[in-house]
Amino acid sequence: MRAIGAIFRRELTGYFVTPVAYVFLVIFLALMGALTFYFGGFYERGQADLGPFFGLHPWLYAFLVPALAMRLWAEERDTGTIELLLTLPVTTAQAVIGKFLAAWVFVLFALVLTAPMWWTVNYLGEPDNGVILAAYIGSAFMAGGFLAIGSFVSALTRSQVVAFVIGFVLCFLFLMAGYPLVLDAFRGWAPQGVVDAISALSFQAHFESIRRGVLELRDLIYFFGLIVFFLFANVTVIEMKKGE
Amino acid sequence: MIETEHLTRRFDLFTAVDDLTLRVEPGEVLGFLGPNGAGKSTAMKMISGFLAPSEGCAAVCGHDVVAEPHAARLALGYLPEGAPAYAEMVPHAFLRFIADMRGLRGEHRRRRIDTVVEQLHLGPVLYQPIATLSKGFKRRVGLAQALLHDPPVLILDEPTDGLDPNQKHEVRRLINTIAPEKTIVVSTHILEEVESVCTRAVVIRSGRVVADDTPAGLLARSRYRNAVTVAIAEEIGNAIDVLKGLPGVTGIERAADGHSVTVFGEDGLDTAARVRECCQVQGWTVTALRAEGGRLDDVFRDITASETAA
Repeated sequence: MRAIGAIFRRELTGYFVTPVAYVFLVIFLALMGALTFYFGGFYERGQADLGPFFGLHPWLYAFLVPALAMRLWAEERDTGTIELLLTLPVTTAQAVIGKFLAAWVFVLFALVLTAPMWWTVNYLGEPDNGVILAAYIGSAFMAGGFLAIGSFVSALTRSQVVAFVIGFVLCFLFLMAGYPLVLDAFRGWAPQGVVDAISALSFQAHFESIRRGVLELRDLIYFFGLIVFFLFANVTVIEMKKGE
Repeated sequence: MIETEHLTRRFDLFTAVDDLTLRVEPGEVLGFLGPNGAGKSTAMKMISGFLAPSEGCAAVCGHDVVAEPHAARLALGYLPEGAPAYAEMVPHAFLRFIADMRGLRGEHRRRRIDTVVEQLHLGPVLYQPIATLSKGFKRRVGLAQALLHDPPVLILDEPTDGLDPNQKHEVRRLINTIAPEKTIVVSTHILEEVESVCTRAVVIRSGRVVADDTPAGLLARSRYRNAVTVAIAEEIGNAIDVLKGLPGVTGIERAADGHSVTVFGEDGLDTAARVRECCQVQGWTVTALRAEGGRLDDVFRDITASETAA
């Protein structure tokens, strides 16, 4: 616990001593705002809700979260600090969790900074705040899912650019798993069960119901399971690649 | 104390460390020598618990590094190859992070940080990002990190690499100061370091131990151990024949400058006295006379190159 805490604090502070945090926050908030108003038809819909705003989250996460996650392990391997870190009294799993939690809390911080959107709809009308809260919780879990994928990919390479590109593609595939883009690649030859299973992996499908205010346990379990799976894979990859 | 038994590490087809069995006691400073790629760093990575051995085992203070990694790591201070540190951090924050990871708290934590900062003269750069520090300071930040929890066992991979001569001297003095209570393994390719800090030298080549001796013992293997170099003003060609005939002289070697020769004497012979006496008798004008003693680099070359040739 102590080691996780120390790594968590170091990582989180690390975001703010480099430009990473500020660049990420500014781009995240600017894109959220701009896209919600211009593409989401925020005013034109004439509804006081945050539907268009949350609809953007999966797409923004798909490329911003890999950008945040790319350095998590690739940088440690590139600079050799991984050897320092993993010879301290800490297990690889603790290190993975500490880093993941710091990045997650950072994304949650960015999410909290979108609160003006919520104030705005409350000022303009009477939205269902329960739905908004559910969507925020769902969004937080989805961000964790993307982040776990990004962290895993970052451990595969010592190049941050490679980690970003692969991370982005993988996140995008998970996002699109319910769409023909991905499903058509399997429909021709794979049994229907497999196609359904892939479709069930879609971030979009699980987030969509949450976004509408249906905060079902199975959707949260899906994201939680995904996080656990990829962090486990993350630990395995680090152990395997240490000797290289 | 450090113990390794049949420690072996293979990478695909290539064996980096091959059947390494060592025992290093408290108070010993073991110099780990070998050409680049001999397996020094790989052996250290295994003892530090970073790499798992392919075969065999290693223990730090009686704790097996694979079975009881936590206890082994608590007892160990490790400076990895290249002294890696988080570049965006300042040394003060970095040392506090290491202290947190090692569970140092409160007053003790502050005292230990102050101590290593003073020992390694990090005061002037304590709040500068590590990325901006000179190579020498970076190395010392790495050393500070390894010494922070005052561990009974230290493994230092090239602790003086990149330091200027004054800093090297300081670090060696520091190692000598702390050595009596600790078990220390230092890898280096600087041979003078072995003579100045180590009580024992282990030479490895292609992952195998090829010599395990005291620095003096290694020096005694040098063919220069009892040699004298003499320069005379007169024609050296004639002198060589005379010197060669002296009793106890086992060999002679002409230097490239044409004026000096190195005379090798058998063990127990006072070669310098014998040569001086001869020069007086012959009436030569001696312009320089130097006892060679052993040359460690020579021994190192002999030990590490001989079997590759064969």
